[in-house]
Amino acid sequence: MLGRNEEAMQQQVKGRVWLNKLMMAVFFSATLIGLIFLGLLIYRVLTQGIGYLSWDYITSFPAPYPEEAGIWAGLIGSIMLMVIIAVFAVTIGICTAIYLEEYAPKNKLTGFIRVNIQNLAGVPSIVFGLLGLTFFVYMFGIGYRLLAGGLTMALLILPVIVVAAQEAVRSVPNELREASLGMGASKWQTIARIILPAALPGMLTGTIIALSRAIGETAPLIIVGAATAIYTLPDSLISKYTVMPIQIYNWTGRPQEEWQHVAAAGIVVLLIVLMMMNAIAVGIRNKFQKRL
Amino acid sequence: MDKLLRSEGTEFNVQQLIEEKKRKKSIAKRFEKIIPVFLFLCASVSVLTTVGILFTLLRESIGFFSEVNIFQFYTSTNWSPWTGEFGVAPLIGGTLLITLIATFVAVPLGLMAAIFLSEYANDRVRRIIKPVLEILAGIPTVVYGFFALTFVTPILQSFIPDLGIFNALSAGLVVGVMIIPMVASLSEDAMNSVPNSLREGAYGLGATRLEVVMKVVLPAAFSGIVASIVLAISRAIGETMIVTIAAGATPNLTFDPTQSIQSMTAFIVQAATGDTTFGSTIYYSLYAVGITLFVFTLLMNLLSQYISRKFREEY
Repeated sequence: MLGRNEEAMQQQVKGRVWLNKLMMAVFFSATLIGLIFLGLLIYRVLTQGIGYLSWDYITSFPAPYPEEAGIWAGLIGSIMLMVIIAVFAVTIGICTAIYLEEYAPKNKLTGFIRVNIQNLAGVPSIVFGLLGLTFFVYMFGIGYRLLAGGLTMALLILPVIVVAAQEAVRSVPNELREASLGMGASKWQTIARIILPAALPGMLTGTIIALSRAIGETAPLIIVGAATAIYTLPDSLISKYTVMPIQIYNWTGRPQEEWQHVAAAGIVVLLIVLMMMNAIAVGIRNKFQKRL
Repeated sequence: MDKLLRSEGTEFNVQQLIEEKKRKKSIAKRFEKIIPVFLFLCASVSVLTTVGILFTLLRESIGFFSEVNIFQFYTSTNWSPWTGEFGVAPLIGGTLLITLIATFVAVPLGLMAAIFLSEYANDRVRRIIKPVLEILAGIPTVVYGFFALTFVTPILQSFIPDLGIFNALSAGLVVGVMIIPMVASLSEDAMNSVPNSLREGAYGLGATRLEVVMKVVLPAAFSGIVASIVLAISRAIGETMIVTIAAGATPNLTFDPTQSIQSMTAFIVQAATGDTTFGSTIYYSLYAVGITLFVFTLLMNLLSQYISRKFREEY
């Protein structure tokens, strides 16, 4: 009687262990699916684009024929746009973070600003495009120009930068603040000379990650009118401009097969720029992590 | 000695130095007071952005609804703005169809990946797989759109012969893959914050790893997981480029995923790239669609925040 019961128990345990192993395999394969998709995507884009990728491709303007088309205008446009975004978003973002972490009193207004930033991060990027269209393009009269695109994108990535900068400021140990204040430094001196330098690597990492998101964004820039065909490089804040994702989008929409290869080559350039930016972010993180 | 003499000999200058010092101090004091004001102004930019978004969407939508009946806008099922038919239902339907397909892809895969990473994988495996998975979230959506159109659709066409070049299925699947890392990463965080004592208690009772996951970790991390899913759905609703490139531009109230559809976001792109004149009804319809989209995503975001705050388990 007892023996049979034991046998049934053992059978049950075996079943449970087996199910555990089975599900582990299932969970693992589910994880792999995402990775396989990523691998396929990169492989496919590389094999399609590599044939069209050349120095000529990088330094050519868009052209009516696929063999002559290039990404130069988009590449330079993206870089110039990034500079504008960085100037506005980083200044405002870091100041916001310092205010919230170091100065803000714990009241309803502060709480509101925090919740607001969180919600702003969840607003679809295309809605920011509509904001930019109304304010920067029409109300401020900038038109479909570089500055309008830059300001729109700066507002879009502001929440990301603020959150990253807040975390960086928060991670500065309190002892440093106390020591500085104890030596007779004022609050601002403490922030400018102690906290900011200590938090800078974290802020830089967050900023680069936010910028690399901006460089891939397409939707808001379509709304605020990045051009699809530009034959001169932007030379001022109010030049017409284009960016790499817009060029790629434009090529994607064409029916002839050759344009797909041109688009794929553009994607390769875009991904290389993204990878470089991420490498810089990781580099900064690693370098300063060791020191602390 | 030398120093002392000099200071005695220049008593007047010392006075002046004291004055100077006082003046500098008062400037510094004023500076200390101005700085927080300046920083506060910077912090108010984000609030102003929200105000700006609301102002923009509301003002232009009101302009739109003075020309088009708001009731008709939300109930009519015909959307052809170039012939003056404004019934937003097909756009909402298209958005929901994409979101639904994406959710079916991302929730199981993301959740299973989170379970694997949090409960099964050892430290080394996790440290390799997690960042690689997160690369998926960093790939520009225009690249996903291109991939959906030129790779996923042709593959699907070999299974489903009457699948169009532009279809909701392919776009939805790829949107789903795009939000996998979001579900996986946030859910994994939620599972990681379940204290080990709970797991060890279950192991002590003889539970297998799977039983610990199903009966202890998942219930304990439930609120965080649901919040992450809601957030990912919100992202799918607002996703633009994949849908614009791969799903087509056919406002179509259908739940057949092999059809071409148009989402709210895709319409905004289409109308903004077409020759829409400033001040025309179509121009204003951008904002009416925009505010509808905004309300959808805002509700989802608030819901996600509410769930993660309200149902947070305290250990």
